[in-house]
Parts: sequence; C-alpha cells; structure tokens
Amino acid sequence: MIGQAIADGFLTGGILALGAIGVSLSSQILKFANFSHSELLTWGAYIALTFTMFATAGAPIGPLSFGWSLLFAVLLAGVLTGVLAIIVDRLVFRRLRSRHANSLTMVFASFGVALILRNLVLLIWGPEAQYYTSELQIATEILPGIRLLPDQVFVLGLTIVLVIGLHLILKYSRLGMSMRAMAESPALARVCGVKIETVVRWTWVVAGMLAAIAGIFSGLTVQLRPEMGFNLLLAILTAAILGGSGSLFGAVIGGLVVGLAENLSVLVIPANFKAAVPFMILILVLYFRPQGLLGKSETK
Amino acid sequence: MGIVSYLIFFAIVVSILSIITLGLNLQWGSTGVFNAGVVGFYAVGGYTYAILTAPGRPELLVNLELPWILGVVGALIASAIAALLVGLATMKLRGDYLAIATFGIAVTIQLIALNWEGLTGGSLGMTSVPRPLSGFFETPFTYNVFYLCLSAGFCLLTYWALERIVRSPWGRVLRAIREDEGAAIALGKDAATLRLQAFVLGSTVMGLAGALYVGFIGFVSPFDFVPIITFQIWTMLIVGGSGNNKGAVLGTLVVWGLWSASGTLISKILPAAFQTQGGAVQTILIGLVLVLTLLFKPGGLIGEEPTTSRHAG
Repeated sequence: MIGQAIADGFLTGGILALGAIGVSLSSQILKFANFSHSELLTWGAYIALTFTMFATAGAPIGPLSFGWSLLFAVLLAGVLTGVLAIIVDRLVFRRLRSRHANSLTMVFASFGVALILRNLVLLIWGPEAQYYTSELQIATEILPGIRLLPDQVFVLGLTIVLVIGLHLILKYSRLGMSMRAMAESPALARVCGVKIETVVRWTWVVAGMLAAIAGIFSGLTVQLRPEMGFNLLLAILTAAILGGSGSLFGAVIGGLVVGLAENLSVLVIPANFKAAVPFMILILVLYFRPQGLLGKSETK
Repeated sequence: MGIVSYLIFFAIVVSILSIITLGLNLQWGSTGVFNAGVVGFYAVGGYTYAILTAPGRPELLVNLELPWILGVVGALIASAIAALLVGLATMKLRGDYLAIATFGIAVTIQLIALNWEGLTGGSLGMTSVPRPLSGFFETPFTYNVFYLCLSAGFCLLTYWALERIVRSPWGRVLRAIREDEGAAIALGKDAATLRLQAFVLGSTVMGLAGALYVGFIGFVSPFDFVPIITFQIWTMLIVGGSGNNKGAVLGTLVVWGLWSASGTLISKILPAAFQTQGGAVQTILIGLVLVLTLLFKPGGLIGEEPTTSRHAG
C-alpha cells in the first residue's frame, strides 16, 4: 500500500518537477509568476496527439504501449510548444516588458493568456478525453508490493535524464551561464554583454519544451483533457515555490515532495480531497520558509 | 416583453457581479492586496445563505430554514470569518505569492463544496433554496423587477459605503500602503493589520454577492462557483479601471455585456452539438479583452482619479 503510494508519488512528482522547473525559470528570469504555464503542458500534450494521429503508430517498443512515432511526436511537440511560448511572449509579455510594466501586470496578462490558450485547445480538439494509444498494458511488480506500468517506468527514467541534461546545460554552457546571470541581476548581466532578449527567448523554449514533455507524460499515464494542465497548476506553482528560487534541483525536490504528499495523503484523508494537498503544503511553506527549501534567505 | 424581462435579468446579474468587483477593488485597487481566490469567498457567501435558509433534508447535516435576511447576514459573517482565517495565514505575503496562495484557497473551497456532501449537497448542490419574499409576487416578471430593486439596492449601498470608506482617513492609509508600504510603516501605520482589514471587508462584500446570487436562482451548485469566475471578475476590474469604484461597475457592465452578447450570438449561429465550443469562444473573448486592455489601455476605461490633498499647494 505505502510502497505503491510512494511509487505513484515519484511518478506524479516527476511530471510536476518538469512543470515546476519551467515556472521557476520564468519567475527568476522573466520575473513573474506565470499562471499560463500550465496551458503549455496541455498544448504540448495535444500537439503530440495530433502527430501520433497522422503518423502510423508503428509497433510498440518492447513492453511500452507506444511505438517510435510517439517519441518523434515528443520531440516535435517540445519544439513547437517552445515556439508557441515565444509567439505568446512576442504578442503579449515582451510588449509589457518593453513598457516596464510591473510584475503583477504580467501576472494579470498571464491570466488572460491562460484563458485564451486553454479554450483554444477546447475549440480545436474538443472537450472529450483522449488517449495516445488503445494498447493495454499489464503492470509488473518491480519491487515487492509495487506495481508500475512499463510506460510509467519510461516516464520516470526520461525525467531523470532530462533533469541531469538541463543541469549540465545550465551549469556549463554559455547559454546556461547567461540565464543564471540574468536570474541574479539583469542589470549586471546586460553590462557584461548578455543579450537579454536572446536569454528570454531561450528561457521560453526550455520552459515550453519541459512543459510539453510533462504534458505528454501526464497524457500518457492518465489521459488528455483540455483542463489537464489547469488542474496541475496549483501543484506546479507549489512545487516551484517549495523548491525556492535559484535552484534547478529545488524545483525537482519541490515536485517530488508535492507528488509524494498527494499520493500518500490518500492513506489518511478521503481521495476526493487529494487536490487540496498542494494548497496545504503551500500555506505551510509560505508561512515557515517562504524562501523555499533550498532557496537562500533574502535579507533586505 | 421578452426583451424587457431579459434586460431585467441582465441587470440583476450585473448588479450582483458589480458587488464582487467592488469588493475586489477595495482589496486590489485601494490597498494592493492581490486576491486570486475571489470565487472562494463568493462561494462561501452563497453556500452559507443556502445552508441557513433551505428547508431541512434528512441527508444534510444542517438546514435551518431561517428567514432570508438572516441568511444574508450569516453569509456576511461566514465570508468575513473565512477571509480572516485566510488573511491571518497569508497577509505576510506579497504580490504573486499572495496570488498563488489565494488561488489555492479558491480551489480548496470548491473541493469542499463538491465533496463534503453532508454540508453542501455535493455535486448535486441544494435545491429549493428560498428566494427572498417570493410569496408576495404573482408572476416571475414582477418578482424579477423586485429582485432587481433588491440587488441594485445592495449594489448602490456597497458602492456608496466603499466610496465613503476610500475617501475616509482609513482609505487614505490603504492607498499609502499600496503606494509605499515602507513609508506608511515609517509613519507609524500598522500596515499588516490594515491590509488584513481591507482583505476581510472586501471578501465580506463578495460573500454578500454570493448570497444574493443564490437567493436569486433558488439553488446552489458547485458548478456555479468555478475558478474562471475569479478571472472574469479580474477582467471586469481591469477593463473598467482599477482604483475607481465607477470603473469597477462600468467594467462589470461592459465585460458581462460582451459575455452575454457573444453567448447569445453563438447560440444563434452554432448548432446545438457545438455549444461547448461556443463557450470556449466566449472565454477566449474574455481573455482577449483582458490582454488587450493591459496592452493598450493599462489604466482601464476610467482609471483612478488623481487625488490631491486639500492642504497641498
């Protein structure tokens, strides 16, 4: 029972972590809490769905429920969702930035962007739940008392690879250094020759790609619905705050904590109230450790 | 007659929604408290009214069959208490952190409404909630005329009270906190308490609107208190002009007018099978209006009036 809840918690946690990294990046580099980030998850998932509908599914790879076409769809959806994020930035957020609008105006704008993006999904793909494949899978016992679907194992593995890859990029590449510099101090970064708009563009690309992958994973392990991203929004924002700013691994740990807490809570509270768990964590964190678990405390 | 009764219905909804927008304007426009959980307090008011006034049913924990006016008073008290609890936990927070926390509150309140069946009736909600003084009116039309007077009366009362409040010394301190909290504290103002007061008062006003809404439709359902309402109310405030009570009411009228007109148009054009998609178009329009306002008319239709102290100059 408890082992299974922990395994499910890691799975949810991984998906939340990928979303939270994007939120965390945009709150550090773009300096606002992006309430429309969750819609990038939805868009990524649906773009991938469209590709899988056009491509022939191909034989499933090993025990997985999907074939190579879904893997290509992941790649394409990641890129296209990054492009979508840049388009939204061009149309809305960049204009506000150039006017030096304050960060809360950006949050309001993200409310509007979220409404538009979410309902475009509804308009284009319809309200019904959809699935990537109709293949049936049998859960295998990977540890005593813990059963996972092969797809779920794949999702967990790929999440770990992505996080490590992103860590290496942020740590060692020129782009990663510029992004970290922007997060520390945009003014100093500019003086040091960092091209602000380039960094902003790449931030959206990275955030959009990770969001798309998180969305696809969520669609793969649950189902696709127009409100799938929005339903994860609170958990993702909580994970990002929990992780604290300035740390990639913080967002990952935040995601895992929220995912585990949600799944373990079912052992003590009715499952109907599972969705309130992120909120309870959020209140506790904001009250006792507003700088997040790994964040440095700010002294002013 | 059809168009007249529609206009009366429209005006009732606008006056109820205006009350919410006015409450939000006290919190955000006057004080700078970012409440992204508007719908939560609206729901607390609506549900409290229903629980206090609806006839008892064996499967529900409490139904008191109180007179409607006590239902309204109870709604005010319940939303004030809810806001006080929430405020005590969150008023330390600023800006987007507060927005995320209050957004979480609204999600949680909706969950309770949906799942605590003994108290709220769960997803079925509660039916046959008494409508204020409905026994005195013969036809639905005359009743709606009466209800328009009632809700518009409450709206005017709220407007008048909030106008008095923001022009009072207390209101000026709120604006001082909004503009420069550090300076207000340096002048000896207890910013934390004042922010909490504004938050509780604004949320109480939202609770009033909830009671009026449920009293009007005569039933309560969790699907009337969905998260999108929060964003609609924010759109109304920003479109009308944050910081200005007239703007709050005007924004409500404009945005709800657009919402209703586009809804009517879509239901005429689209076949019944595509109504869900029609709802999506309506929501996209709201999002567009919000974004376009922020981009091209950041102060809203009528922005905040500049105020100068009569002692200045």
